Amino acid sequence: MNTLITLSILAIVVLYLGLFKAKKALLPVTMFGLAAALGLAVIEWNSNAVPIYSGMMLFDNFAVAFSSICIFSSMLILLVSKDYFERISEHVAEYYAIIIFALAGIVVMVSYHNLSMLFIGIEIMSLSLYILAGIRKKNFASNEAALKYFLMGAFSTGFLLFGITLLYGATGSFDLLEIKQYVISNPTIISPLFYGGLLLLIIGLGFKVGVAPFHFWAPDVYEGSPTLITAFMSTVVKTAGFAAFLRIFLICFAPLHDFWMPPLLVMTVATLFIGNITALYQHSFKRMLTYSSVSHAGYMMFAIIALGTASVNAVFVYATAYSIASIIAFAVLILVKRQTGSDSFDSFNGLAKRNPFMAFTLTVAMLSLAGIPLTAGFIGKFMMFSSALSEYHIWLIVLAVVNAVIGIFYYLRVVVAMYFKDAERSIVAESPFFKVVLALSAIITIILGIYPGVISNLF
Amino acid sequence: MENVTQAMQGVPLNHYILLSAIVFAIGVMGVLIRRNAIIIFMSVELMLNAVNLLLTAFSVHHNDASGQVFVFFIMALAAAEVAVGLAIIVMIYRNTHSTDIDVLNKLKW
Repeated sequence: MNTLITLSILAIVVLYLGLFKAKKALLPVTMFGLAAALGLAVIEWNSNAVPIYSGMMLFDNFAVAFSSICIFSSMLILLVSKDYFERISEHVAEYYAIIIFALAGIVVMVSYHNLSMLFIGIEIMSLSLYILAGIRKKNFASNEAALKYFLMGAFSTGFLLFGITLLYGATGSFDLLEIKQYVISNPTIISPLFYGGLLLLIIGLGFKVGVAPFHFWAPDVYEGSPTLITAFMSTVVKTAGFAAFLRIFLICFAPLHDFWMPPLLVMTVATLFIGNITALYQHSFKRMLTYSSVSHAGYMMFAIIALGTASVNAVFVYATAYSIASIIAFAVLILVKRQTGSDSFDSFNGLAKRNPFMAFTLTVAMLSLAGIPLTAGFIGKFMMFSSALSEYHIWLIVLAVVNAVIGIFYYLRVVVAMYFKDAERSIVAESPFFKVVLALSAIITIILGIYPGVISNLF
Repeated sequence: MENVTQAMQGVPLNHYILLSAIVFAIGVMGVLIRRNAIIIFMSVELMLNAVNLLLTAFSVHHNDASGQVFVFFIMALAAAEVAVGLAIIVMIYRNTHSTDIDVLNKLKW
């Protein structure tokens, strides 16, 4: 739990650094604080956690794993942010502080043991994100993204809350264990309120993680926000959303499998097809990545459909692979866009000749997102599919494989542009921070692809 | 006053559920139909207040205080949301001189 305290204090310290104009100290202090929070999370691994704060939170292995990966991805994203925020704003400290506040909300989201904490965690995170999406005050796209995100987010919070209320009305408690007790003790006479609450909860969480048919805000918001914030939203926030989704289903709703399975199945298949087919038609690399993030949400839903002890591991590996690969993609996009001023596929033409290292890491990332063997993405997809196979959803796997093949087309488009198309261009300048992040992410992607045992047997 | 409390407790739980569901549905319709950002925002608040009402009713029904405490959390976070939301709407108004969400079509849906 020290992680949460460290993050909250760190955010306030960073705000004060901004107040005293200590711009040089911002990045080192943030990195040091996040590393401390990460360390404090990791040492709680296997510590036989019990619910703390009157049963409000439980910092078990699940929470440790997901807060660690979220903090680690944020560190990579913030390393890339060197020079990025300075270009679009004068108040750099705000970015760091708000991102850290969002991380504090994420830690609450992945370690809740009471529905009120789920709500508070989601709101702390979402409110920070509304600000981050609209932080370029004069930029019209950023304004539009912020308003759309805000209205849709507040709307979905309403559904989430109504769902929680109905669950409370049926069970008389917000505590996850007591709700589980209610489900187990009277499986035949569960109140209709409970079923209604469960459906509304699925709608609310579905909005937050962006699965079809509640995904329509995602492409606009991701496209309009500053690229680095998009990277944060589509990696860290998505991971946290799925962790929260999985946690309540694992603890409370597993016995009601037959009830929630059909709607989730429909949502998953719709998400896969809408995400992948729309991504095919995009001309902008950024917008393609946003649709691909929708389709990856579909793959991650597999773990919830085939709910079991293996699901946690599957979501963890998949989220790690997806986050690391997306960070590479967004980092390269930032550099290319800075040089060419455009984020279309054509602006990647001939990149391999001038920046072979950058092109190579982006290729690794694209292969990982497409799920080609020897990359982390393949291991993630393999674990997702095998957990679904063990539940005999053969036709679901067939549909997913069809989608994976569609995915390969649009992921390889940028690789083709980089290696096989020529264009007059100069070398894209990479700062050392970018090189470190790109190299580290590419190495992690390949190592996880070759030795998946490192993280695939954690739980 | 005593009579009023007793009369309120005499209302069956189903009536509270129905009332909240109706208010919530009005809020949802408002979000979906109205085009003005501020009115959409008011409709969202209506949804949250329907939830608050239902939570209090359940709390009395179960004789359990945690439902009412949850209402305080919702109120506090709704206030935070208003602060951020109105700031965003003001920012948009400065750039476009309108709070109509149909102006916001630069990013294709």
